[in-house]
Amino acid sequence: MQQAHGPGAGQTARSVSVVLAGSGGAGVMTAGNMLLEAAAHAGYYALMTRSSGPQIRGGEAAAMLRIACHPVECMEDRFQVLAAVDWENVQRFHAEIPLDENSLVIGDPDQGDPPEVFLRSGATRVALPLKQLAKSVPEGRANMVLLGALAALIGLPDDAVARAVERTLGKRPAALAPSLAAVAAGRTAAAGIEARFALAAPPPKGGPRWLLTGNEAAGYGAIKGGVRFVAAYPITPATELLEWMSPALAQVGGTLVQAEDELASINMAIGGSYGGVPSLTATSGPGLSLMIEALGLAVAAEIPVVVVDVMRVGPSTGIPTKSEQGDLNIAIYGLHGDAPHLVLAANSVADCLGTAQWAVQLAEAVQAPAIVLSDQFLGQARAVVERPAELAQGGVRLTAPAGTPGYKRYAVTDDGVSPMAIPGTAGLAYTADGLEHAERGTPSSQAADHFAQLDKRRRKLTDRDYGDRWADVEGDAAADCAVITFGSCTGPVREGLARAATEGVTARLISLRLLAPLPGRQLLAALDGVQRVLVIEQNQSAQLYKYLRAECDLPGRVTSLHRPGALQFSPGEIHRHLVEWSRA
Amino acid sequence: MNEVISGTVAPAPVMRGPNDYKSDVKPVWCPGCGDFGVVNALAKAMAKMALEPKDVAVVSGIGCSSRIPAYMASYGFHGVHGRALAAGTGLKIARPDLTVIVTGGDGDGYSIGGNHFLHACRRNVDMTYIVMDNRVYGMTKGQPSPTTEPDWDSKLSPDGTGLREFQPLVIALTSGANFIARGFTGDPNGLAAIIEQAVRHPGFSFVEVLSPCVTFRPEQKEWKKLVKPDAFRATPDLPRAARRMLRDTGFDLGVLYAGERSPYAPRGPRANRAPSDLEARFEL
Repeated sequence: MQQAHGPGAGQTARSVSVVLAGSGGAGVMTAGNMLLEAAAHAGYYALMTRSSGPQIRGGEAAAMLRIACHPVECMEDRFQVLAAVDWENVQRFHAEIPLDENSLVIGDPDQGDPPEVFLRSGATRVALPLKQLAKSVPEGRANMVLLGALAALIGLPDDAVARAVERTLGKRPAALAPSLAAVAAGRTAAAGIEARFALAAPPPKGGPRWLLTGNEAAGYGAIKGGVRFVAAYPITPATELLEWMSPALAQVGGTLVQAEDELASINMAIGGSYGGVPSLTATSGPGLSLMIEALGLAVAAEIPVVVVDVMRVGPSTGIPTKSEQGDLNIAIYGLHGDAPHLVLAANSVADCLGTAQWAVQLAEAVQAPAIVLSDQFLGQARAVVERPAELAQGGVRLTAPAGTPGYKRYAVTDDGVSPMAIPGTAGLAYTADGLEHAERGTPSSQAADHFAQLDKRRRKLTDRDYGDRWADVEGDAAADCAVITFGSCTGPVREGLARAATEGVTARLISLRLLAPLPGRQLLAALDGVQRVLVIEQNQSAQLYKYLRAECDLPGRVTSLHRPGALQFSPGEIHRHLVEWSRA
Repeated sequence: MNEVISGTVAPAPVMRGPNDYKSDVKPVWCPGCGDFGVVNALAKAMAKMALEPKDVAVVSGIGCSSRIPAYMASYGFHGVHGRALAAGTGLKIARPDLTVIVTGGDGDGYSIGGNHFLHACRRNVDMTYIVMDNRVYGMTKGQPSPTTEPDWDSKLSPDGTGLREFQPLVIALTSGANFIARGFTGDPNGLAAIIEQAVRHPGFSFVEVLSPCVTFRPEQKEWKKLVKPDAFRATPDLPRAARRMLRDTGFDLGVLYAGERSPYAPRGPRANRAPSDLEARFEL
């Protein structure tokens, strides 16, 4: 059908990006979610992020979608369509909605002109009388008309859209018929639009796919890892992770309690874990700052606990609804004293699952706190992904059986891990203590005890074999240059590298999943023979670059690409930098 | 009774005396410190209730009195300053089978931990909170705490803080604690009886213990002359308890309030399914 439209006839795209925008109550988020789900039903991969104005409720909103024939982990450089139910304050989002001369700006002529800032790109203006079309259907709504029009332009089949609408409105059957009629009206109206894009047929499905956010994935990963107790204090953008876990934990015999603040939530989690129940809390930068003291306790008292930090723009309240990788330093260096602990980073929406699960396993195995770095982009993006592969089971806490003769909670063992007595175990009572202690756990201010305990707490982390999950190592293994990155930068870096490869610019890619303790030996092995290293991250002060240089004698010439957040790196930005870097 | 069916004899219940609830760790406290009386009273109460030391966890924060977990033979948790109630809350919710006793001082509980005190009262988790109140920071050698008199002179606050004292019992009462009492370390038997009632009472039980600091507040040695044992008559009636506090001398001892609120329990539907059942939420 789409091939019949316009100058792009006969050409199909493998990735299409669209924005649905409008004022609060216009229902653009609902329509965006339906479009995302329709794309999934049609066999495509997709990713959706959202932006909204500062108003607590209502206010302008934008749903940004990328639908593709291949897995997508980041947004494209440009959007092919910006479609708005109305234009009230939508210009607020212009920096997040890059357009070009091939883009369409679709709006209802009755709602006034599109903001000039969008038309400056040279995009083509298209009038679509959404409200009028909606009125032609009893109880019809403009957002459903827009959904139908966009589905037609992209080339999503009717049944996929209908299925998405039906699933969403399952609990409101009265709204179903008018919505489907409005979708049909939009589809018909779109026939008159000169489309310059349409998706190629989706590739055959290799297996089941899931639709989820990174926050949901992290919550499920934590449960798979064994977490059964969560203490929660709400903070954007981590709240949804906790909200997802609350009923989920109740289904699997676990418990979530809402704490009075982050000081309480981390201490509750540590208390629960001391009781033998794998425990977690989730927060963002300001909350992590409040939790840092207690993480020192978890290190000293050797109590496993997992903190998921869904990073946002900082410092202070910063921009709570936007993404940045600025918490790397506090995650690695924030604790007082010499306090070895784990820092991990998820590098895609789907990887939030595996990384959270692995973090729980590792924390339990080494009896130390683990900080998992996610970010607003990964946490709140909703994506269609392959069902993530199963992680091997493991990471069970080493406990001491009742009546262990001569039991010492903090016995200095070969690998540094000492069997933990769980309250309720006869004959092994001890006091978990943040005071430096002797092997029994009794307080000690002796230098020899401090040396011995510090050393065991370090060894249990640094002497461990972390296997292959420490990083995703990809790209051209024969290349003499390498890119090192982490977290949500990985998506645009992967895609930027793939584009650069078509111009003959290739590199190895190392996306670090285990940041602390840094697996230096494996990292240097992966960099063997490399002449140039580029470290890419999203913060102002090049935190990863400086950390790597401090920890590791990186080979060759090492440079950094870093800039602060609010806007994600685009694949094109990375691509251009890689080409320049290859010539430098 | 003598017939053995399974081939094994059930172990006779161990009879433990108060000393069996104390550890062999020597306290760091000054001679004459009131906190010794709390160890004794706590041990006595635990023996009276025949608690299994393995099933009891004594949780604390930081300060002189917060050293108590190591001096008991039960499980202990000596955490960070001011957060003992949070740790105890997490432990009790994760492990409802344990008897959780949270301990600490006036600085730990009412100053740095003040917010947790309010919310622990509100939350009403089934645990006991014993605050050893000596109206001074002892471990840091003599600074005023929230319960210190406004004109008490110190290096940190010369001529006193000028601040009115924190009212632990009133605050506990208005915040929702389900059991509120005051004891005195100079009366270990009376204190043991109060602690026993507190542990047995469902929900959040708060015991304020007058525990003299003989080093930085030697004048508190006179407390033994001021206290009024059994001055409070326990009531489940909140307005009545509140009215009683209007004529509290600060040295009135006994159980002020024994409420009937249900202890904290997780709400909403619960099940024991396999985690993989959650995947339905993601499937298309």
